[in-house]
Amino acid sequence: MTDAPRRFALIQRLVHWFMAACIFAMLFIGAGMVSTVAPKYLPLVLIHKTLGVALLALVLIRLALRLYYGAPPLPADLPWSMKLGARLSHQLLYGLMIVMPLLGLGMLWAAAYPVILYGGIQIPALLSQSDGVHTLLWNAHFYLGFTFFALVLLHLAAALFHALIRRDGVFGTISLLPSRDRMTPVE
Amino acid sequence: MNQPGRLKGPGLGSLVLIAVVVGGSAAAFAYTAGWLSPGRLTPERMIAALTPPSGAPLGHRRNHAKGICFTGAFEANGNGVELSRAKVFVQGRYPVLGRFNLGTADPNAVDATVRVRGMGLQISAADGEEWRMAMINPPFFAVSTPQAFHDLLVASGKKDPEAMKAFSQANPEFAAFAAWAKAAPWTGSYAEEPYNSLDSFVFVDAKGDERVVRWSLRPAAERIPVSQADLEKAGPDVLEQEIEERIRTAGPQRWTMVTTVAEPGDPTADPSRAWPEERRAVQVGTLVVQRIEPERDGPCRDINFDPTVLPQGIRVSDDPFPAARSSVYRRSYDLRAAEAKDYPRTEAVQQ
Ligand code: HEM
Ligand code: HEM
Ligand code: HEM
Repeated sequence: MTDAPRRFALIQRLVHWFMAACIFAMLFIGAGMVSTVAPKYLPLVLIHKTLGVALLALVLIRLALRLYYGAPPLPADLPWSMKLGARLSHQLLYGLMIVMPLLGLGMLWAAAYPVILYGGIQIPALLSQSDGVHTLLWNAHFYLGFTFFALVLLHLAAALFHALIRRDGVFGTISLLPSRDRMTPVE
Repeated sequence: MNQPGRLKGPGLGSLVLIAVVVGGSAAAFAYTAGWLSPGRLTPERMIAALTPPSGAPLGHRRNHAKGICFTGAFEANGNGVELSRAKVFVQGRYPVLGRFNLGTADPNAVDATVRVRGMGLQISAADGEEWRMAMINPPFFAVSTPQAFHDLLVASGKKDPEAMKAFSQANPEFAAFAAWAKAAPWTGSYAEEPYNSLDSFVFVDAKGDERVVRWSLRPAAERIPVSQADLEKAGPDVLEQEIEERIRTAGPQRWTMVTTVAEPGDPTADPSRAWPEERRAVQVGTLVVQRIEPERDGPCRDINFDPTVLPQGIRVSDDPFPAARSSVYRRSYDLRAAEAKDYPRTEAVQQ
């Protein structure tokens, strides 16, 4: 593991935090917009659609960066169960980042709504209208939305657990702060 | 430090911090989703208020549940171009999908019992851009705000006569609508009714100049008043039968689309208040209804005539209704799409 990176590359760290902020926003906007009839409903939906499609593009770039730069290893003394949990949860997070926008788009297509983003950009429909497909995708977007939020909270708790309790340098691998000596790399 | 993973002290403070951060995020999410604010007017509450005591019309629209679909064309005469750069105003013929309907949550209502008649309409430009709208025949709306509409639904659903009295006192604008509902003559045909946007929208022209407008579809057919009793005698579904028959025998039916431009100070945010008669009115084209389509299996079934589906050149104004309607229509659509098995298509179509 001699040439494994000590930290995620700067661009990976930047993308991680930028997307983290955007995904939090997406989850809150999604839950907020469907529970209001106020005029802000329309701008919220517009942001939700536009940001969601932008994030779909961004996660693809992010995966390419991940393949190119790789990731630093987890601490050697981390129990295997936690390593497995970390791996699985990260894969799930990536999966949700890809699937959620696709489900959002798909359910609008299947309901024959034109998908118009900020600036009047119109996305052509790739699915034809179908109440069955709409319902399936709607349910998936709904339940996976809450799964996503739960997973993000778990991820957040785990990150804080590494940073505050284990202090094992895992947080330092993604932190935007310069790495401190205390967070010695693990070999 | 070769063993950085060792716990340093009990870390109680850190555990509390983690719990607070995670719990706080979850609470903020719950608040955003409205779970902590039962008083918030949500689409669910609006749908609940629309639901009759006999139960929701499963598989059907939660309001304007009874109707009949049509197809046809919008013939733009080109006059609209000076008001809006929407492509559908450029002189030409644009395909139309629409639906005549009754303002009731009961898909089996007797036609003569429903005061408000409506039209859902979708005009498509050549590049797939769409303009959707849903209009009704009264000259102004019943109430000033979405909250008042909710309160009206709740009050009118109560047996207690005091409830409506209290509502009318709190919402004096309702008196004008009540008077219209009582006195306006009935007609025996969807073709003899005007359909009004009531809500205002902003038209943006090619130079970027903006005007607040409302529009109406004025019928070419002569208005022939009938009594409610005679209408009732003609049968529970007389309106859909009549329009089908009329188009088959008399040919396509026409409406002129008239756009009315607001002047500064006009109540653009309140659809319960009509604008003065002398406002500039521009005839922008003609709606031609050519063919009646089946309701159950036809092309309107899975369309949401959401009035905020607008082309470039038209946007919402300070009127709070279109946003509220969009939010509630979406919920209504989600529900009825999921309930398709309760309103099955006919077998010919299923195969
Ligand atoms: C809202 C959204 C978030 C998403 C979708 C997300 C997603 C991810 C993913 C997919 C990884 C794995 C990177 C890889 O191996 O390629 C990761 C790593 C990481 N994230 Fe997040 N993250 C989010 C928010 C946060 C927050 C709020 C924190 C901290 C407070 C955080 C801390 C970390 C840490 C410490 C790592 C490094 C784990 C390691 O080295 O294996 N993340 N994140
Ligand atoms: C990272 C991506 C996304 C996340 C995390 C996300 C999350 C959510 C959440 C939490 C809701 C609320 C669900 C509810 O309580 O009913 C929601 C609703 C919705 N989302 Fe997304 N979404 C994403 C992407 C998209 C995209 C790209 C689109 C469309 C282009 C979209 C369209 C919608 C629509 C239309 C609704 C309302 C559905 C309805 O109730 O009819 N979403 N989303
Ligand atoms: C806050 C006020 C309103 C609420 C909550 C409301 C509610 C609804 C609902 C739930 C539907 C069924 C939507 C669907 O499933 O596709 C509907 C349809 C309709 N509404 Fe409203 N509405 C409101 C105001 C208005 C106004 C102001 C107008 C007219 C100016 C109007 C005209 C119509 C028409 C014509 C339809 C039938 C459209 C179709 O054929 O699909 N509504 N309304």
